Amino acid sequence: MNRLAKFSYLTAIYCFFYFPIIILIVYSFNNSTYSSLWHGFTLDWYKQLGDDTDLAVVALHSLEVSVLAATLATCIGTLAATCLYRYLFFGKKLLHGLMFVLIVSPDIVMGISLLILFFLIKMQLGFWSLLISHITFCIPFVAVTVYSRLTGLDKNIFEAARDLGASDFMSFRRIIIPMLWPAILAGWLLSFTLSLDDVIISFFVTGPDFQILPLYIYSLVRIGLKPELNALCSVMFAITLCIVVVFQLVLRNKEVE
Amino acid sequence: MKADRLFKWTNIATIWLWLSLFALLPIILVLITSCLENDPVHLVRWQFTLENYRALINPIYFKVFWHSFCIAGLCTLICLCLGFPFAYLLARMQSKYKSLLLFLVIIPFWTSSLIRTYAIISILKAKGLLNTVLLSLGIIHKPLSILYTPSAVIIGLVYSLLPFMILPLYANIEKLDIRFIDAARDLGANTITIFARVILPLTLSGIVGGIVLVFLPAMSMFYIPDILGGAKSLLVGNLIQNEFLSAHNWPLGSAVSMVLTISMGLLLLIYRRADKIGQQHESISEI
Repeated sequence: MNRLAKFSYLTAIYCFFYFPIIILIVYSFNNSTYSSLWHGFTLDWYKQLGDDTDLAVVALHSLEVSVLAATLATCIGTLAATCLYRYLFFGKKLLHGLMFVLIVSPDIVMGISLLILFFLIKMQLGFWSLLISHITFCIPFVAVTVYSRLTGLDKNIFEAARDLGASDFMSFRRIIIPMLWPAILAGWLLSFTLSLDDVIISFFVTGPDFQILPLYIYSLVRIGLKPELNALCSVMFAITLCIVVVFQLVLRNKEVE
Repeated sequence: MKADRLFKWTNIATIWLWLSLFALLPIILVLITSCLENDPVHLVRWQFTLENYRALINPIYFKVFWHSFCIAGLCTLICLCLGFPFAYLLARMQSKYKSLLLFLVIIPFWTSSLIRTYAIISILKAKGLLNTVLLSLGIIHKPLSILYTPSAVIIGLVYSLLPFMILPLYANIEKLDIRFIDAARDLGANTITIFARVILPLTLSGIVGGIVLVFLPAMSMFYIPDILGGAKSLLVGNLIQNEFLSAHNWPLGSAVSMVLTISMGLLLLIYRRADKIGQQHESISEI
């Protein structure tokens, strides 16, 4: 009985998590525009999705921003983690604190604060403002991921490299990057999904000329239900799922090492 | 070693430059804006004032804050009540499927909450699945109208934020040494005593961590009330969004943001205290 109760509790929560998503995916194949009853299997919504040129542009924008933001944030974040780990410098504590604040501060406050900044420096809201914002909110996540891995390394390795005449840059290139690549990749993937799914910050820092996928979905959701949207959300879900699987495999590899 | 110094200082300078330009400076700007007067034409007038903060005591805004606080608090409480037993069972489970089950919690954690919020609509709407099923089973005779009510907002928030409660709790409970529970039982403690005196203090930091991770986003996720709640349930996040994008009252919006940030800071302070207490408990238990 006790086992049964535990089992049903866990099952109930998993149903709560997955039921809406499964329903969404099922409806994306439903041959009816408004009904919540099953009217037969169709791929029409996916076809419409493929024919939607607006959507293609928006999706491409999103991909562009996410890949660039994740890559640049990974570079800066990795360097930041290395600096925090290896060097003593003025303002190090403040830098630590700033990273922490960036992670925990409400997204909406970050969004409006960047909006004020861009307004003040008279920067056109669009691709660049979006890219800068995404890089900024991804940096701390990369830094934390890489830093926690760095603290697990043997410090003697760096001493040895130094004794053998390696410069700091050399030890960064030959030791830190090869030994940390799983953490760096994990940081990249995390940044990529964060950037791809972000609604709140992007809402404030992008302009009408540069629409991205989450905001496009948001505007569609607000206008009303379109069956295409089910298909679109299913595709987005599938993409995220793939990334999480890769991420988990990377993490597992890390543990095996 | 000139190259080393160059490497070191270029890195530090890059990071500092980026973060102070795009993280520190914007926050300072919000603070400054919150102390300026509103100007319908130029957005702000360069005149120091604390009027914006005083305006927040106004019953209308205070009501939004209070409402938002209640909704976020209720959502956090539900997440904790649902999440704790779940995390506990999962962490204590001895099964070869454990990592798969954990993975199934991580997937929603990573998926866009916008998409998941949208998924809820098709279930809750008047002709949605929930009503169709309940009506056909004869449990209800009139469709329930849940969508566009505060309940829908709470369901949406819990659905989006539950993984954020489960994961820190799981990490914390997994570290918990089962021998303490056994020892307490051997010494005659009943289940309630074990929970209150052993499990709760040892997992306190995880609980507070989860609360912080759920409560803060719950206050600022403006799109969930927007999609699920209709116009009736305004949260602090919606208030900020409205002041910035519709009402064009940036100083007031900034003041609201500052209040939100400061309350977040206070919460985090509590979290650090709890974490310290948790560590003390751990170090005591190591002895």
